[in-house]
Amino acid sequence: MAEMAKEKAYRIHLMVCAGTGCVSNNAFGIKAALEREVKKQGLENEVLIVTTGCNGFCERGPLLVVQPGSIFYQQLTEKDIPHLVEEHFLKGRPVKKLMYTPPKEKTPVPVLSDIDFFKKQVLIALRNRGLIDPEKIDEYIARDGYKAVAKALTEMAPEQVITEIANSGLRGRGGAGFPTGLKWQMVRNAPASNGSLKYLICNGDEGDPGAFMDRSILEADPHSVIEGMVIGARAVGASEGFVYVRNEYPLAIKRMNIAIEQARDYGLLGNNILGTGFDFDIKIVRGAGAFVCGEETALIASVEGRLGEPRTRPPYPAQSGLWEKPTLINNVETWANVPIIIDRGAKWYASIGTLTSKGTKVFSLVGKINNTGLVEVPMGIALREIIYDIGGGIPGGKEFKAVQTGGPSGGCIPKEQLDLPIDYESLTAAGSMMGSGGMVVMDEDTCMVDVARYFLTFTKDESCGKCTPCREGTKAMLDIITRITEGKGTEEDLTLLEDMAHAVKDSSLCGLGKTAPNPVLTTLRYFRNEYEAHIRDRKCPAHVCRQLNVYTIDENRCLTVGKGCDLCRRNCASDAIRGAKNEAHRIVQEKCIKCGVCYDVCNFGAVKVD
Amino acid sequence: MNHANITEILNKYQGDESSLIAILQDIQEEYSYLPREALVQVSKEMNVPLSRVLSLATFFRAFSLKPKGKHSVHVCLGTACHVRGAQRVLEKFERELGLKSGETSEDLLFSLDAVRCLGCCGLAPVVQVGEEVHGKITPAKVTGVIKKYRK
Repeated sequence: MAEMAKEKAYRIHLMVCAGTGCVSNNAFGIKAALEREVKKQGLENEVLIVTTGCNGFCERGPLLVVQPGSIFYQQLTEKDIPHLVEEHFLKGRPVKKLMYTPPKEKTPVPVLSDIDFFKKQVLIALRNRGLIDPEKIDEYIARDGYKAVAKALTEMAPEQVITEIANSGLRGRGGAGFPTGLKWQMVRNAPASNGSLKYLICNGDEGDPGAFMDRSILEADPHSVIEGMVIGARAVGASEGFVYVRNEYPLAIKRMNIAIEQARDYGLLGNNILGTGFDFDIKIVRGAGAFVCGEETALIASVEGRLGEPRTRPPYPAQSGLWEKPTLINNVETWANVPIIIDRGAKWYASIGTLTSKGTKVFSLVGKINNTGLVEVPMGIALREIIYDIGGGIPGGKEFKAVQTGGPSGGCIPKEQLDLPIDYESLTAAGSMMGSGGMVVMDEDTCMVDVARYFLTFTKDESCGKCTPCREGTKAMLDIITRITEGKGTEEDLTLLEDMAHAVKDSSLCGLGKTAPNPVLTTLRYFRNEYEAHIRDRKCPAHVCRQLNVYTIDENRCLTVGKGCDLCRRNCASDAIRGAKNEAHRIVQEKCIKCGVCYDVCNFGAVKVD
Repeated sequence: MNHANITEILNKYQGDESSLIAILQDIQEEYSYLPREALVQVSKEMNVPLSRVLSLATFFRAFSLKPKGKHSVHVCLGTACHVRGAQRVLEKFERELGLKSGETSEDLLFSLDAVRCLGCCGLAPVVQVGEEVHGKITPAKVTGVIKKYRK
């Protein structure tokens, strides 16, 4: 309490984003520079510097938000700091040139909530984003943290908690969208054999490439997950919980460890929580790098120290899971939604979203898009709003081609369906799925056959090998697609590919195999013409499949416009370019390995690809 | 290899068989790979067949049976990185380091691995060297990145 009282005395709070993106852009260098300058100006009793979790607008990092007022500074360098501290924090004149100016506009937008990227977002799972230091439990508590757990433990019966979650309409945010309340009820009802042990698991094995919301929640607001789990444990009668985190997320593991320790110190975890006699504790389990472990039965196997292979269901983990005890597994984002539902009520939560998909969903908006980052939007929002209003459209004046959702289990949605309202059902009907919320935007320079090949390479590598359809089927499909991208495909290949895709979908053991054909099926459905171009014309329309590309240099342009700059020759990987400085250059086709570097480095558009 | 280190790791988990993966992770962290002797010692002291230890060691991606370089270069091939040209970044690393993905240089200075999504897709394409993340990498920037670690 003393510390909180002290913090109230500060005139200005500087919220430095320390998400992984900003950290790799020197956020800690910025923080150190701020500390130095604040001290130099004698402001250390007036200005408090706080490191927060991911702000979401990763594209513009490193980021700083000044409170009160939510003034948003972006793309900072250490050199900017002395001026910024003197002007804004000493003299009270915000620095315009460090603010965000939307593309094609001239006036900067000073306040965070006025920026298009943030304007349409509704923050529920990410409610504390950028507002708290994730390593300080007091800051979480100051934002109504652990209020819901007190309510659930002292004012509500376990059945009431489950009813509340069921009425909220919350569905699993890990991908399949199973109704959370129903799952909780199944675990509560499951007869506990051998004593009364039941377990809880938080699935943080965020394996979908292109998705990083679970990482962000664990790093930015770990207490929201812990609080959700305590409420869940109480509701289903579990006494021990596990948070399973990917090995690739060391910062998430560190912050979760700190949060668990602090929660124990405050009597919010461990024995006799809040003096109610309820016991529950949490352990962290590190994943060891296997995509299939995102599947719940494979995850359970690896928590038990066994190979991460899935098994047939039923029995479902709710009946027989970890060490054959009833086990409740929910994803990180699902857990983070629980406290606020209990706090504000099912009715409030259910008022957001669509008929079948309630609340919000966090998406990672990445790929060929101006504003990459993490966004939380109400269910039912149109794809177009996410991509154009929040995401700011496609960079470089290129044309939008497709958006890939659901990771390797999902599919590609074409521009004809941009007005699709996002919810579980509509995405499935489009041949894709919600998945964990990756949203990879693709433009005219993306080859859809290559995308299908990319995902099949992934699923083939990650198939655990236990069941034949997935192990052999993904490989067989990949062989066909690779053939097509190399210009060796035939018309029959497309039929074979389609048949194979349906066979794998119908007969695989677990979700990995059942959904692995989705990228193939959706690209065949919406972009069949691209497959046909590879087969009939031996061309890759997007010039991505390099075996089909021919690189040449427009010698006239090279000499007259580029003055024979020689950059291509110096960067050529296979010594295939002839010419010297101030001369026209040309490519010796026999030596060219089609790496495309000359095309990338030419500043004069003299290198052509066909 | 120091057997006392392994014993220390094993003691931490008090022979709990469900901790096998965690034990291997600690050994991997300590040595940057899983030395054969260590696996034999784990099998003996935990009283589990060596075949089971090896099956875990070869199933999960986090484990390596060969030593890794001092600087381990992870080129992200996640979807966002892929559509922004990560494959070419990887190829440039392969050429510059003279290594294929999965290999380690003879002087044990560098090892090169393609990985699936480091979770900082906003900065695609991304390369991680040791703990350090480098965002928005192009083939042209690769030489500079390597230089930084070569000295």
